[in-house]
Amino acid sequence: MVPIAYYLVLAAILFCIGVAAFLMKRNIITIFMSIELMLNAVNLTFVAFAHQWHQISGQIFVFFVMVVAAAEAAVGLAIIIALFRVRQTLNVDQVNLLKN
Amino acid sequence: MNPQLLWLIPILPFAGFLLNGTLGRKLPRGGVAGIALLFTALPALLVAWLWITMKSADAPLTLATSAYHWITVSGFRVDFAFSVDHLTLVMLGVVTGVGFLIHIYSVGYMAHEEGYWRYFSYLNLFMFFMLVLVLSSNFLLLFVGWEGVGLASYLLIGFYFTKDSAANAGKKAFIVNRIGDFGFLLAMFLLIAHFGSLDFNTVFAHIPALYMSGGFLTAIALLLVLGAAGKSAQIPLYVWLPDAMEGPTPVSALIHAATMVTAGVYMIARCHVLFDHAPAALTVVAVIGALTALFAATIGMVQHDIKRVLAYSTISQLGYMFLACGVGAYSAGIFHLMTHAFFKALLFLAAGSVIHALGGEQDMRRMGGLRKQIPITFWTMSAGVFAIAGIPPLSGFFSKDEILFQVFSHGGALGILLWLVGLITAGLTSFYMFRLWFKTFFGKPHESQHGHSEVPDLHAAHGAAVHARKETTLVMEAEPEPHHGAHESPPMMTFPLVILAALAIIGGWVGVPFVLGGENEIEHFLHPVFHPMPAGQAFYPEFATGGTTEVLLALVSVLTAAAGFYFAWLLYYREPGKSTKLVEANPYTRMAYNLLDHKYWVDEIYQRGIVVPLLGVSRVFLNGLVDTGIVQGSAWVLAESAGGVGWLVRRVQSGNIRSYAGWLALGAACVIVIVLFGYHPLLH
Repeated sequence: MVPIAYYLVLAAILFCIGVAAFLMKRNIITIFMSIELMLNAVNLTFVAFAHQWHQISGQIFVFFVMVVAAAEAAVGLAIIIALFRVRQTLNVDQVNLLKN
Repeated sequence: MNPQLLWLIPILPFAGFLLNGTLGRKLPRGGVAGIALLFTALPALLVAWLWITMKSADAPLTLATSAYHWITVSGFRVDFAFSVDHLTLVMLGVVTGVGFLIHIYSVGYMAHEEGYWRYFSYLNLFMFFMLVLVLSSNFLLLFVGWEGVGLASYLLIGFYFTKDSAANAGKKAFIVNRIGDFGFLLAMFLLIAHFGSLDFNTVFAHIPALYMSGGFLTAIALLLVLGAAGKSAQIPLYVWLPDAMEGPTPVSALIHAATMVTAGVYMIARCHVLFDHAPAALTVVAVIGALTALFAATIGMVQHDIKRVLAYSTISQLGYMFLACGVGAYSAGIFHLMTHAFFKALLFLAAGSVIHALGGEQDMRRMGGLRKQIPITFWTMSAGVFAIAGIPPLSGFFSKDEILFQVFSHGGALGILLWLVGLITAGLTSFYMFRLWFKTFFGKPHESQHGHSEVPDLHAAHGAAVHARKETTLVMEAEPEPHHGAHESPPMMTFPLVILAALAIIGGWVGVPFVLGGENEIEHFLHPVFHPMPAGQAFYPEFATGGTTEVLLALVSVLTAAAGFYFAWLLYYREPGKSTKLVEANPYTRMAYNLLDHKYWVDEIYQRGIVVPLLGVSRVFLNGLVDTGIVQGSAWVLAESAGGVGWLVRRVQSGNIRSYAGWLALGAACVIVIVLFGYHPLLH
């Protein structure tokens, strides 16, 4: 049986990659993907602990996270397409009309 | 009369002030005048009732009432308390009576003026504060009235506030009075320190016991004298009163002749117990009074503005009152205060009537021969002139004579000297008043009275003798339309003149001395105030009479007054040009005339010696260093440091989502590090 620490370390690595990508990338689709990555890292943690402690609630929670992520992806991608049609760019630093 | 009703006396004019001050702008002129007259007539009636009550009482009566404890600080207490004794009663009679007459006169005089409602609300405000001043039964409430009349005086001097000179005169009066008030305040602090009370009765009851111990009594008395000198325009603080003539003439009559300026005399008389136990301070009062009387009279001799002559005359007469108080003859001082209120109010109002008749002309050199044109004004003013000059049997004779007699019998070289000064002043008074009389009412009418404003330049005619600071008249005073010959004033103005003339004639008969077959009732009346008798003792003691000395002195002063009349007649009636020739006769007389004409350069000396250095210190030190440097500087440092912190903190709020996320991640990482490796108080 794989010890739980392995899962947790993998989840932490995935999460850190997600954070780093979120902070560093300018392409909004990449940022979107990094958010998904972070969510899935957390999902992995949930599942690992659920398995460890034989608790079903952790598994259930993962389904909720996935539902929310799917909904978010549907809305977010629609916004990105609309944005691209208007601005012809995916660079978040150029989407700053409301700033200041 | 119920003592509680005393409150009504000052409150009524205050109600008038509030009504006119808030609604007056929308009311018609008749309404404004009606309110003002009603709310001054009612206190006058109350005072009459009070008079009857106190007159009919068997023993000297003192009414007192206290509304509430104003200030209570561990044993020290000041009440809003009024009390009335015979001294207060005389003052109340003068203030409400003369005040009411002047209100009537003002209705006519101000009829064509802007700011009618403003004028009457200020006048009522003045009445309120003046009544508080005379009614109060402690120093602090007296001070409230004292400051309040100063405020009303400031507002009314600067009534024509669009005129620079009027605004400046108001400021001057206010600021000079501050110096006096400073003395008054210090005196009150000393009183609190030594007596723990400001109540008249408490303080005065304690004084006799402290008699031997007290240099501080002299200090308190001298500080009070400083206050009184400010309010009553005595040397060295008299300079504001001549300038105060910038106000409307009825104001000059009410505030700067009859009532407010006598507040200092009243205060000294009120504190007579204190002054009796501080003989040094009393001597100072006498000397100040005598000097001021003479000094102001000499200046009054050469003034050309009719109101300024009267202003200097007022200062001079106030000097007489100080002189009387200074030799301990308080009732003589109050007697003169009363008669002076009558004849000086009359003189001012009559002068106002003359000015009104000439369409705003105040310069006596452009007057003359008005006797026939304005007969009522002429006759009433004559009564005032003869009264102030001390011609028997008019009021001024009796009061002035009483003062001179009291000064003479005060004894010692100082007494004789002061008497001599008083006598000379009496002669000068007679001279300058008859000079005014002759120049205004006799001789040929001046050509400017028929034409309009084409006035020949008199300055050139008089050469260097006439200084150039003379204000050009024809300003906002009285009616602005051109006049076609002088005309008598309306009945609203002549009626008070007639009443006051009657008072100026008979007002002195309450103080006819015994040697002249009188009763000297005023002294009897005031006796319980100034010489309180222990209970059970005879109420009216015998008064010493001067006998032959008093008759002789009276004769001398009448002769002096007659001499004044004679010289005035010689110089201004028989040979009108002679005074100029006399002045130009030799360099010494010209120098003397110049000295008088420039009022001894006192204003200039004060300007150079006090005002300019003070302003310099204020500008450089207070404004430059303290205000700009310390006050504004510290505020600047505070503001700038707050701004700097804001600038720093603003960096964090970049508006960039990823930077927020970065901070968030950093924070989370820190939390994790602390939880894992750090010291955690809850876990250990």
